[in-house]
Amino acid sequence: MRAAVIVFPGSNCDRDLAVAFEQAGFQVDMVWHKDAALPEGVDIVGVPGGFSYGDYLRCGAIAAQSPICKAVVDHTQRGGYALGICNGFQILTETGILPGALLRNAGLKYICRTVGLKVQTSASAFTEGYNAGDVIGIPIAHHDGNYFADDATLDQLRDQDRVAFTYTENPNGSVGDIAGILSENRRVLGMMPHPERAADEGHGGTDGTALFRALSGVLAPA
Amino acid sequence: MKARVHVMLKNGVLDPQGEAVRHALGAMGFDQVEGVRQGKVIDLELAEGATEADVTQMCEKLLANTVIERYEIELV
Repeated sequence: MRAAVIVFPGSNCDRDLAVAFEQAGFQVDMVWHKDAALPEGVDIVGVPGGFSYGDYLRCGAIAAQSPICKAVVDHTQRGGYALGICNGFQILTETGILPGALLRNAGLKYICRTVGLKVQTSASAFTEGYNAGDVIGIPIAHHDGNYFADDATLDQLRDQDRVAFTYTENPNGSVGDIAGILSENRRVLGMMPHPERAADEGHGGTDGTALFRALSGVLAPA
Repeated sequence: MKARVHVMLKNGVLDPQGEAVRHALGAMGFDQVEGVRQGKVIDLELAEGATEADVTQMCEKLLANTVIERYEIELV
């Protein structure tokens, strides 16, 4: 099982994400943003949190045009798995891999604390280690996490059971309390909260561990 | 040739920064302000032969996120 974690100038959760993948049994390659191809045999791409390109223009906008992101788009179009966390979620929406956009938090403030997330669906490789309805504690740390999508897109997300997580108490104004969404083929998850920051006893919580374990369960060679 | 691109959040998309500016203006006594929307202006210096269609492509692909933003192009 191989994971690739993309590193942009300004990424700061790349190593935490790599450790979380490794603890779940993945061999991890760190991939630089100027590379035009992913390593051979990558099962899942992790797009980490941080402030790629200083959040210039819009969060994730410049990263979405980088050489490696074209390879990530191709990977997902071939049915490959991808996990975008925080800035990674913003990048996945900017590439068009996931619908919607992330706006400035409604309260205008950067928010950094652990929040309650309700698991909305266990029907994905990312969430099958949880039960739908479970409430887990996962940290958020963002200034632009206010998920927005038009009504038609929201209806589609709900009809197709693609809302993965919602906030139990909406911290940022996200429409429908949405914290994370799945792609149509359920193989791409974008979420603002950081499961990789709740994946070790030393983090003060381990509710994110089940996400990485579930992935390794699905992606392990038969 | 120069082009100026105005990027604004679409109507109906909440603009918390504009709202904060509106509150501040109200607190300063500018009671006549009923709404504020904040956007950005991007100036482009273009080589000879560039067209408005080129700038439109730039807006669609990078300068604006048309999920949440609209844009206007002004050729100078």
